[in-house]
Amino acid sequence: MDSTILLFLLQDGITNGALYGLLGIVTVLVFAVTRIIFVPQGEFVTYGALTLALLDTGRVPGTIWLLIGFGVVAFAVELWMSRHDLNARKIVREALIKIILPCLIALAVIWLAPMKLPPWANLLITLAIITPMGPYLYTIAFRPVAEASVLTLFIVAIGVHLSMQGLGLVLFGAEGLRGTPLSTLSLPVGPLVATGQTLSIYVLTLVTMAALTYFFNKPLFGKALRATAINRLGARLVGIRTSLSGAIAFVLAAIIGALTGALSAPMTTIYYDTGFLIGLKGFIAAIIGSLASYPLTVIAALAVGIAEALASFYASQFKEVIVFTLIIPVLIWLSLSSHHVEEEEE
Amino acid sequence: MSDLLLSIRDLFVSYGKVEAVHGVSIDVPRGQIVTVIGANGAGKTTLLNAAMGILPARGAIEFEGRNILRQPVEDRVGGGMTLVPERRELFATMPVEDNLLLGGFLISSHERAQQLEEVFTRFPRLKERRRQLAGTLSGGERQMLAMGRALMAKPRLLMLDEPSLGLAPLIVADIFAIIRDLRSAGVSILLVEQNARAALRVADSAYVMELGEITLHGKAADLAADPKIVETYLGLATH
Amino acid sequence: MSNTSATSPPVSTTPARSRRSIFFATLAIIIFLVPLIPGIPVYWITLLDNIGLAALVAIGLILLTGVGGMTSFGQATFCGFAAYTTAVLCAYHGMSPWLSLFIAVAITMLAAVVLGIITVPLSGHFLPLGTLAWGIAIFYLFGKLDFLGRNDGITPVPPLSIGGFQFFDSRSIFYVIWVFVIIAVFMTCNLLDSRTGRAIRALRGASSAAESFGVDTTRTKLIVFVYAALLAAISGWLYAHMQRAVNPTPFGVGASIEYLFMAVAGGAGHPAAAIFGAAFVTLLKEILTRLLPFLFGGQAHYEEVVFGIVLVLILQKSRMGLWPLVERLLPQPADPVIDRHVPALSQRPRPEAGRKILDLQMVRKQFQGLVAVNDVSFSIKAGEIAGLIGPNGAGKSTTFNLVTGTLPLTSGEIRYLDERIDGLSPRQIAARGIGRTFQHVKVLADMSVLDNVALGAHLRGSAGVVSASLRLDRKEEAQLFAEAARQIERVGLGEHMHKQAGSLALGQLRILEIARALCLDPALLLLDEPAAGLRHFEKQQLSTLLRQLRSEGMTVLLVEHDMGFVMNLTDHIVVLDFGTRIAEGTPAEVSKHPAVIQAYLGADA
Repeated sequence: MDSTILLFLLQDGITNGALYGLLGIVTVLVFAVTRIIFVPQGEFVTYGALTLALLDTGRVPGTIWLLIGFGVVAFAVELWMSRHDLNARKIVREALIKIILPCLIALAVIWLAPMKLPPWANLLITLAIITPMGPYLYTIAFRPVAEASVLTLFIVAIGVHLSMQGLGLVLFGAEGLRGTPLSTLSLPVGPLVATGQTLSIYVLTLVTMAALTYFFNKPLFGKALRATAINRLGARLVGIRTSLSGAIAFVLAAIIGALTGALSAPMTTIYYDTGFLIGLKGFIAAIIGSLASYPLTVIAALAVGIAEALASFYASQFKEVIVFTLIIPVLIWLSLSSHHVEEEEE
Repeated sequence: MSDLLLSIRDLFVSYGKVEAVHGVSIDVPRGQIVTVIGANGAGKTTLLNAAMGILPARGAIEFEGRNILRQPVEDRVGGGMTLVPERRELFATMPVEDNLLLGGFLISSHERAQQLEEVFTRFPRLKERRRQLAGTLSGGERQMLAMGRALMAKPRLLMLDEPSLGLAPLIVADIFAIIRDLRSAGVSILLVEQNARAALRVADSAYVMELGEITLHGKAADLAADPKIVETYLGLATH
Repeated sequence: MSNTSATSPPVSTTPARSRRSIFFATLAIIIFLVPLIPGIPVYWITLLDNIGLAALVAIGLILLTGVGGMTSFGQATFCGFAAYTTAVLCAYHGMSPWLSLFIAVAITMLAAVVLGIITVPLSGHFLPLGTLAWGIAIFYLFGKLDFLGRNDGITPVPPLSIGGFQFFDSRSIFYVIWVFVIIAVFMTCNLLDSRTGRAIRALRGASSAAESFGVDTTRTKLIVFVYAALLAAISGWLYAHMQRAVNPTPFGVGASIEYLFMAVAGGAGHPAAAIFGAAFVTLLKEILTRLLPFLFGGQAHYEEVVFGIVLVLILQKSRMGLWPLVERLLPQPADPVIDRHVPALSQRPRPEAGRKILDLQMVRKQFQGLVAVNDVSFSIKAGEIAGLIGPNGAGKSTTFNLVTGTLPLTSGEIRYLDERIDGLSPRQIAARGIGRTFQHVKVLADMSVLDNVALGAHLRGSAGVVSASLRLDRKEEAQLFAEAARQIERVGLGEHMHKQAGSLALGQLRILEIARALCLDPALLLLDEPAAGLRHFEKQQLSTLLRQLRSEGMTVLLVEHDMGFVMNLTDHIVVLDFGTRIAEGTPAEVSKHPAVIQAYLGADA
């Protein structure tokens, strides 16, 4: 066996693994706060990547219209859900957040996009477009069923994924796009090359992992977010606004998803369904991390990335078959070790 | 300012097919313990849930003279009401101490630390178990934790749903002693109880609820002596 | 003429159950007449064919997910197994499709057994994730294997034929498909309305209770899983011979999700809901793919967008799916008629009074570091009512769970009538005659009181899936229901017999659990807080019932906090504190025991 090839495979695996790790983290985060198995996270990756790629070429991304659309529907859903408790202040506040804000963002993008700003500025614009979609989506699809079982939420998430992937196809077409790298830095490390792009992915993964681990275990606010998923009624009874908890989780999910997409856009061609495929691997990692531990999820993601890189070299035909079959023993082990006393109603 | 802390007028609550509340009116005067007794399924839990805002209701609910009928649960907690629900609704996979700290989610961190000490003084058992996961506590300890968590919010009105359900006699006695203490500490209490004997002993006034309606109300001591109440809810004191 | 008002009109003398059957039969006939409508476009018939194929899969999924609570993202995989099997056999080896049906179904069921053994024990959300994992893996496998033609698949597959007649067109295969659909609905309805059906319904939310009445829940789950795979296999087989080609695309996770969507849209209420779900989804897709490009122009796949939105809306607006809307139009199902004249079930002999019926020696249970039951020894004599009391967390319910096999012992021995029963499963212990109730009531809220109680008689019947689907189990069913009805009336819930259990108050549910335990024909009855939530008056009735059972030779061990109730009723009391036995004796002795007063009763009791 050639050790250089092995090193290349490892590097490839670790870079992909770090991306999977970021998405695995999102899965854990969203589940820990809302009990939603967040299938549509891949769409945030796609939207982020393709929005950035379009901005790089000086075009106005279609996601701004989607942003406005999401905002308007979320506004309507919000008003409908609080129809018994409406006042002028609330309507104005909601209109500011859900209609005026996305319109302002869209106007800014239309003004800025043709200027062909530097990559970091485009990254910020991308985040500004994608991030608000998270909480809007939560309001539209999940808040009305927030009390439902994990399985119902799962199926709703699948529905959202179908719609968002379809919208991705409508907005970006079936053609793939590639982004410009954020930095052109490249350091030779032995036979390998560490680019600024891959290094920033590693840093982002580690920082996100550490930050979220701290946030959900130390400050009371982080614990309050977790409490929302553990016992929703209990959380309300101590004064935690559970809909706000969900919205915060979705803000974080959208930011991390968009960042993941933006960072991977220069490395590979992104199609309208690429995000879903990356997300699926992240999802596997999160399951191995038993939808609870951030560090474990990242480690599992690296393992998935490496296993995939090796499989693609030695048995490229059966890469997916191998990766997905590998989860089954993990699931069995997790299921046995999670002391499940009784699956009460639902 | 009236001395009525909570005033419920002509409340209607629909909930599923079974439990429902039809036109119920209840007053909780400041500094008093008011109990609602009645059979399981009479609508007592529904009444409390509606008072707390968990279930939507028609009618009038005033707390400290303000209409709170449309207020969401979270705002009622901030306003000074808390509920200890029948199923306790603890954060089972979190330690006792985190459960309590979250109980004080809406108060300042300084007040929270102070309040935690107070709760630990009132429930020394919880202090011993502060690091234990709430889900591993025994029934009595869970009830104490649920009450402790509710007290962390510094409520002026504490609503208790079946605090003695499934508890051993000695712990029931403890719980009722604490209820009495809380009254002297200035907390008003709305108590829903299956254990009518203990409830009437501790309460100032009482309501009897049957099939979603209030059928009797008066001083707790008077009701405890009412022959109909004795026959249906109390039985003869044989032990 | 004056008589007419007294005689009921003929329609309502027909039992409503058969009125419902008439409705379904009419529906079936209408379906079969559709292709005969003059001038009906072939396109419509093809749509109906597709609906029928999807409905077959969805029927299995309703049983699996809607009733059994196991969400599967792998149903299309099972279609694939059968489709590929028949394609290989018929296209490559020239086998007759009718013969290959049996082989395709057998291979699929075998695959389902293997996958089921892996998947079915998975708990909570691990189960759907597991099906998702192998669903994706096998889909990729279909596309990579040379002998399955890789991504190109296998073509042409010969059509179905009888004699010289070939089922080439949509119109002729229509009848084959719909005959299978109607048989599937009929058999699935029968299955649900049976001893096995009750066990399947108990999987969702009351599986530990079901185990305590002798239901092998793992086996039951596997049965449902394989049954659903069987229906998917038939659909896959039909598909291969209708399309006359197979390739991996229709057997991927996307298709599985679509089937799940049909089951969700149809609703969990009834196997026939699968047809509505399948029709709804198939037509929706058809309309969207034709209408949306027309509206918006272009080639973009708007239908996926709308599809997702509709799925979300259905779950938001009606988690029960569309079936409740359909059901509102149907005649109400009648309450089952209870035939009181069937021969009663045989009863086990009661052990003679005074004999040691239950004997615990140095029983210990540790959860990690925590000692829940600490070397406890006590014994109960046949024919007595014994009480197990103590503070919360003293280990009473744990002791119950040890005796009934719900939890394994750390050390010690439990004997029932001189036989060691520690180490036996809850099912084996139930079979020996120990019935129980639960501290946290475990009943199925959406099942009738009668059905809930009849679950207790599970071990007194023996009918399996096949006899249930073919309705050969009616005599036994009548006996089980007669027994259930007798016990319901005995505990005083007679007027609630046909209500949904969920409409009863908590105290009544505890009584329901007693009736269910009695249906097991137990010699020893373990009751966990039977009087909690009862009013004084109801407690007195319960005491009377338990005394009567004792006089018939029943032994009762109960956990209860109401001291008035316990002291007046029991012959013998064991007191636990912190997992340790601190006192034992008659009620009078125990109530004066200083340790008991200190730990449990308090000074003023």
